[in-house]
Amino acid sequence: MKTQIAVLVGAFLLLAAWPWIGSSYGMDLVNKIMIYALLALSLEVLVGGTGLICFGQAAFFGIGAYAAVKFTPSTGEAPSLLVALPISIGLAGLYALAVGALSLRTQGVYFIMVTLAFAQMAYYVVHDTPLGGGTDGIYLYAKPALGSWLDLDKPLAIYGFTLASLTAVFVLLAIMRRGQFGRALDGIRVNELRMRATGFSTYPYKLAAFTLSGAIAGWAGFLFAVKDGFVNPELLSWHLSGTVLIMIILGGMGHLRGAVMGAFAFTLLEELFRSEAVFGSLSKHWHLGLGLFIILSVALLPKGLAGLPRQIRERLAGKLLGTHHIPADDAVRPQENT
Amino acid sequence: MNGASNTVLLRGHRLTRRWGGLVAVNEVDLELHRGEVHAVIGTNGAGKSTLINLLSGQFSPSSGRVELLDQDVSLWPQPRRARAGLGRSYQRNTIFGEFSGMENCRLSAQAAQQRPWRWWQSVTSQPDLMAIARNVAQRAGLADCIDRPAGLLSHGQKRQLEIAMCLATRPKVLLLDEPLAGMGAEETERMLVLLGDLKSDHAILLVEHDMDAVFRIADRITVMVNGSVIASGNPTEIRDNELVQSAYLGGH
Amino acid sequence: MDLATFLIQCLNSLQYGLLLFLVASGLTLIFGIMGIINLAHGSFYMIGAYMAYALAAPVAATFGGGFFSTLLVGLLLSVVLGYALEWAFFSYLYDRDHLQQVLMTYGLILVFEELRSIIVGDDVYSVAPPPFLSGSLALGEMMTYPVYRLFVSGVCVVLAGGMWWVFTRTRLGMMIRAGSQNREMVQSLGIDIQLLFRIVFAAGVALAALAGMVAAPVSSVYPGMGSTVLIICFVVVVIGGIGSVRGALLAALLIGFGDTFGKVLLPQASGVLVYVLMAGILLWRPMGLFKS
Repeated sequence: MKTQIAVLVGAFLLLAAWPWIGSSYGMDLVNKIMIYALLALSLEVLVGGTGLICFGQAAFFGIGAYAAVKFTPSTGEAPSLLVALPISIGLAGLYALAVGALSLRTQGVYFIMVTLAFAQMAYYVVHDTPLGGGTDGIYLYAKPALGSWLDLDKPLAIYGFTLASLTAVFVLLAIMRRGQFGRALDGIRVNELRMRATGFSTYPYKLAAFTLSGAIAGWAGFLFAVKDGFVNPELLSWHLSGTVLIMIILGGMGHLRGAVMGAFAFTLLEELFRSEAVFGSLSKHWHLGLGLFIILSVALLPKGLAGLPRQIRERLAGKLLGTHHIPADDAVRPQENT
Repeated sequence: MNGASNTVLLRGHRLTRRWGGLVAVNEVDLELHRGEVHAVIGTNGAGKSTLINLLSGQFSPSSGRVELLDQDVSLWPQPRRARAGLGRSYQRNTIFGEFSGMENCRLSAQAAQQRPWRWWQSVTSQPDLMAIARNVAQRAGLADCIDRPAGLLSHGQKRQLEIAMCLATRPKVLLLDEPLAGMGAEETERMLVLLGDLKSDHAILLVEHDMDAVFRIADRITVMVNGSVIASGNPTEIRDNELVQSAYLGGH
Repeated sequence: MDLATFLIQCLNSLQYGLLLFLVASGLTLIFGIMGIINLAHGSFYMIGAYMAYALAAPVAATFGGGFFSTLLVGLLLSVVLGYALEWAFFSYLYDRDHLQQVLMTYGLILVFEELRSIIVGDDVYSVAPPPFLSGSLALGEMMTYPVYRLFVSGVCVVLAGGMWWVFTRTRLGMMIRAGSQNREMVQSLGIDIQLLFRIVFAAGVALAALAGMVAAPVSSVYPGMGSTVLIICFVVVVIGGIGSVRGALLAALLIGFGDTFGKVLLPQASGVLVYVLMAGILLWRPMGLFKS
């Protein structure tokens, strides 16, 4: 436990120092990764935390991003951060509440498909109606600011604010997992039948988790819009929804740090596959490498990167003791859930 | 019976459940009294599982009523009935295998005292829930193994845990679906002692196949065949009942 | 809307709905019988369409045949592809949970899309229908309707009828239905369930690819066609009820009509309409219209 906290603090310090260590491209890249990490955290609440596989997370992300742009006054003056951020979070959360209220009436595969379809609905609204500005997207003309001491137009400011957002949400979610609400969600994931038989009405819990998840995704979308100054309908595409799922399974479900690790690992891998320096002319077809990588990593690393130390330990233990009986599912104690 | 209170805590009145053309449970009347173990026996397909699901709230009846503590709960979903004092254990272990035995009990206790809005408060710092959890684990005879992952417990211990979890919400009525399933002689003995101990302050419904255990511990027995009740009475009456003998007890 | 236009939209709806049914039936069967949720199913549709384009010239050169020969060759190829894919990839998915299946088949989509990009390119292509089906039929005095579209509907109806016949009248159909209820039992009866699943999967792939081939002259051949059809097929399967072919037919027709008339009457909302329909139906029946 102490080592884990040390590692997390170390990671935080590294990220905080990064703008001075890396290049400006590096800073922009890590900024982007942190935004994806926040998005991945939002999905982890649902998938790893509650056992709900949502294939429509991009919709909440995109709504948060579009809200940031649409609610910026066209006069060109910077909107207040205290107004703009809550709007993004609120609208994304609201859509999540509506989608969740309907989708949570379904189970299993139906739920996966239904969340996908509702995300497509949002995609088409943004893509086809004047609301969304069409395929070309919309520009953000004025970045939000907090009074005079935080202007998100500056790269360092948005980087710092992203890091602060990611850290705050991470810590809050870690605390939440140890409380009654978080434990109830975990119980629903492990055995919903038993939860209901014991007296938990599971629907309100799941709906609350779904709404929270959407709200956090909206936060990530806000950051994305502010950083890039530009939004387009592809932010709501199901490819992004799929990508976020891959991030959390790659990083390891059931762990908050898995979501963050998965975002880093996946984005860096994508950069690798895209780089002409490594793959030459094949880099144009980087989807191929990515697709193969996804298949292999899901097949071979079911517990993700976060589960890798344990997987290695178990294999070593098996080899040393010559036994084949290894507990497949360890008890996940409340304290260890970061 | 034994002079204990005869208050009816759970009543099933002309309970019927149809699935399309099939009548799984047909006009079943049932009463559970405090201080009694009421066993329901019957062959496979007799409708016992459906009956227990009707009583616990997993399905609602096609017709008939379920009354819990004199309230009509026929349309109440299962969680609501559980909160009103109805505990249910399952034939197949439905515990939280990933969590420790302690967490299984604590989470169950939480169901009766839900405070999710205080999301920041760590559950280990909620002494009331922790105390209840230790208490029920003790009562179920699991005090020395609750820190292990529940999935690693022996089968008998898991069945005991299942009972412990039921007790954590302080129910008045216990619906136990084959608690002895898959148990060896020693474990069965332990479980029967536990059930005898629980009898005094609960009303217990017991669905079981182990006839020796049933006749040992039940105060009242109801026999079902093809969804209907063919006999109901105390163990002696049932043993001597010709219908029951031919339909179920056979030549044993 | 006058009668002729109405009739034309009805015929369009029917054609679109039936085509959707062809693709969705494979999806719902593969999930209902084999328990696999296959995101790459839309890719088979896309592969079929690109085969219709890419095979036309080689088939003409080798066999001297036209559209129907291309169709036949494509059909055979897709059966082989389906068989090989099940053996090499999908048979490993049976015991995995839904999330893993979703992600692995998502990876497969990426692979298929890129392979297509490498082999055939990313352009939009058109495929010409065979000459004797290229004409138009007169509807009343003023309007005409393309014969080929009627042909498409006809093919779908024939295939749907064939499916029904196989399921209800043949031993294979019986085994398939039994296998979906109880895998172990069927195995203990000496039936090779692996082979059975392979056949079902190959059939599902062939249906989707055939739909793509047949649709190519109507919808043209473009890179995103797999994704588009996939999502709509999900909606069809969800509305119809997973595993229910009957449900898939009803839902596909519902969507065919809803989408076609929606585009005509409410062009702004056309993309969204399908999902509103799905939301409405799920409010009423969370498990779809029919259980399997």
